Amino acid sequence: MRVYFDYNATTPLSPDATEVVVRTTREVFGNASSVHLFGQQAKATLDDARSAVAALINGDPSEVVFTSGGTESDNFAIRGVAEALEALGRRHLVASAIEHEAVLNTLRALARRGWTVTLLPVDQSGITSAAALREAITDRTAVVSVMHANNEIGTIQPIAELAAVAHERGALFHTDAVQSAGKIPIDVRALGVDLLSLSAHKFNGPKGAGALWVKRGTRMLPILTGGKHERNRRAGTENVPAIAGFGTAARLAAGKLTAESVRLAALRDRLEAGILRSVPGTAVNGTVRPRVPNTTNISFDRVEAESLLIALDLEGVAVSTGSACSSGTLEPSHVLKAMGLPAHRTQNSLRFSLGLYSTDEEVDFVVGVLPRLVEKLRALTQKAAVVRRA
Amino acid sequence: MRIVVAMSGGVDSSVAAALLAEQGHDVIGLSMQLYDQAEGQTSFGSCCSLDDLHDARRVAAAINIPHYILNFERQFDDQVISNFVREYAAGRTPLPCARCNSDLKFATLASRARGLGADRVATGHYARVERDPASGRYLLKRGVDPSKDQSYFLFSLTQDQLAQAVFPVGDQAKEAVRAYARERRLPVADKPDSQEICFIPDNDYAAFVSKRAPAAARPGAIVDEKGQVLAAHDGVHRFTVGQRKGLGLPSSATGKPMYVLALRPAERQVVVGPRSSLERTALTASEVNWIGDRPGRGESLRATVQIRHRHLPAAATVRALGDARAEVTFDTPQIAITPGQAVVFYAEEVVVGGGWIEGNGP
Repeated sequence: MRVYFDYNATTPLSPDATEVVVRTTREVFGNASSVHLFGQQAKATLDDARSAVAALINGDPSEVVFTSGGTESDNFAIRGVAEALEALGRRHLVASAIEHEAVLNTLRALARRGWTVTLLPVDQSGITSAAALREAITDRTAVVSVMHANNEIGTIQPIAELAAVAHERGALFHTDAVQSAGKIPIDVRALGVDLLSLSAHKFNGPKGAGALWVKRGTRMLPILTGGKHERNRRAGTENVPAIAGFGTAARLAAGKLTAESVRLAALRDRLEAGILRSVPGTAVNGTVRPRVPNTTNISFDRVEAESLLIALDLEGVAVSTGSACSSGTLEPSHVLKAMGLPAHRTQNSLRFSLGLYSTDEEVDFVVGVLPRLVEKLRALTQKAAVVRRA
Repeated sequence: MRIVVAMSGGVDSSVAAALLAEQGHDVIGLSMQLYDQAEGQTSFGSCCSLDDLHDARRVAAAINIPHYILNFERQFDDQVISNFVREYAAGRTPLPCARCNSDLKFATLASRARGLGADRVATGHYARVERDPASGRYLLKRGVDPSKDQSYFLFSLTQDQLAQAVFPVGDQAKEAVRAYARERRLPVADKPDSQEICFIPDNDYAAFVSKRAPAAARPGAIVDEKGQVLAAHDGVHRFTVGQRKGLGLPSSATGKPMYVLALRPAERQVVVGPRSSLERTALTASEVNWIGDRPGRGESLRATVQIRHRHLPAAATVRALGDARAEVTFDTPQIAITPGQAVVFYAEEVVVGGGWIEGNGP
């Protein structure tokens, strides 16, 4: 049995989206900026996808800027605002300590060029607070960036509350919704944000397509300069087939958002309970509520997560130690660290993230194989400890 | 049988993996990430070792085996790099590859392998391991290609480690290994052999040690055998016994080339002299590992003894001392017996044992 429980890294393209990508690739090759019929067809394809993506988050299609994905959207939001507001003397940037690297490393790059950066702490449950933001924000703050749902532990941040605090001080508010879009309902008006990043491949759309929702009237500069694409906000010929697939994925996700989130939450809860019950020395990292319905992050005492991940893969189970982008580095998860977890727990935790094609049988299979693998690895750790003492 | 192959991204371990897979084993490729790959963020993709990990992954894909990169930065730093720096700072010339084999590949990596249900760990070393039917002990033998033999770097493997070890290319010539790699179209078939120490790609040991152990980089004097000062130097870690080039000496009155004879870190002295003074007939070794039967304390055996990787083994008498030490007396004087290097005792092609060179004289 092959089980894929790493949907937060990426998801399989749905058959419908595959069909649209293939058909668009074949039939709509025009450049969306061209005046002729071929261009008009491409433009129409983009407009259709734009409407679908806007509908998923209750935005206006004119506010949707297509990008190459979540990382570009985050870069665009932060750099675009930072550069636009620099002239106003706003050279301060705020984000939560548990943001994705796309945000954190963008802030670090700007910090090297003279911007001041403040990272908001999170509590043990993995949530940051309006109080923390109130303390950090100043009249020189350009933008506050706090993710909607965390990629490693799935916790949902109080975005509406935080955005209100930012606006009180005249700062803009960006949220990276890459891990929540398509999983839970999102309403940009209710959240009160100015900028929101999302990515197609996290909800069964193609890779290489994402969007930044930019509230009408938001002051920002493009980071990719060139032609007048995307209403002068993002230059470069649009990846029409991928964007078409993005639109299809958005429509499909919107159509079954409620039912699917209920189904996934039940599956995830069963997986979580099963692991906690059958494997001693396990604990869930972060609060269980509010959390996206597909994610759980579990620490396994006295087991190196790296080894358990490989052992699981050899049994046909694909999971992750955290963010796929940071695996291969020794750094313990910055998310778990920021939550104040002890060092050993930051290095023995695995993320299980479920999705559209996850089943009860898969959950049973994973709960079935885990105790044996953990036992085996623990026996070795014990042996090594004895040898070291001797 | 499930076998883990330590894949470095070079042709030897790549062929080792391919051979085992071809024999029908359940092969898992593991590569060790040993030092910070994020360094040098301004020069994209210049890190040679990241390329090696990438090569290992490509080979694994080509031969259709699962492949994982394990992060051993901390262990490598603790067990290999720290030792390397300490040794240079102490006026010795370390051999990190041997430490890496016994303390990392056949220790930490082997333990990970067992956790994954693998009984064996294979590497691309040119050496052979056989079980002696009479004693039941595992024997370590030279690789069949004399120009590539790496048994010298494996002397410190214990019986348990040898029991786990598999060296699929040990019975092949390098050219045959390359030919096989070409025939199988492995993407590394024509990759040059690695030469330098892997964690010092620019080969500047001195700069590396100075950075890690600034205290070692204290200036001192270069003196002759009588203690007469000839010149100044920037730190004993810049020298190795037997070294001739880069001493920065004014041309001597005798006109004879001068060699480093000894390093005295406590006095910050580098002692130099003519080549004839490099000759020694005896050495003492510590941390001696006996792969064959361990001789009793005070007992002697005859062996051919190798004091560095490219050394023609010389006949000697090896006497076991207490405390895992041994004393080696050569039949004829040897040039540049270097503290910190390994001394390995052979009986024909079989590694009887070996240790670390402590001192080079009676």
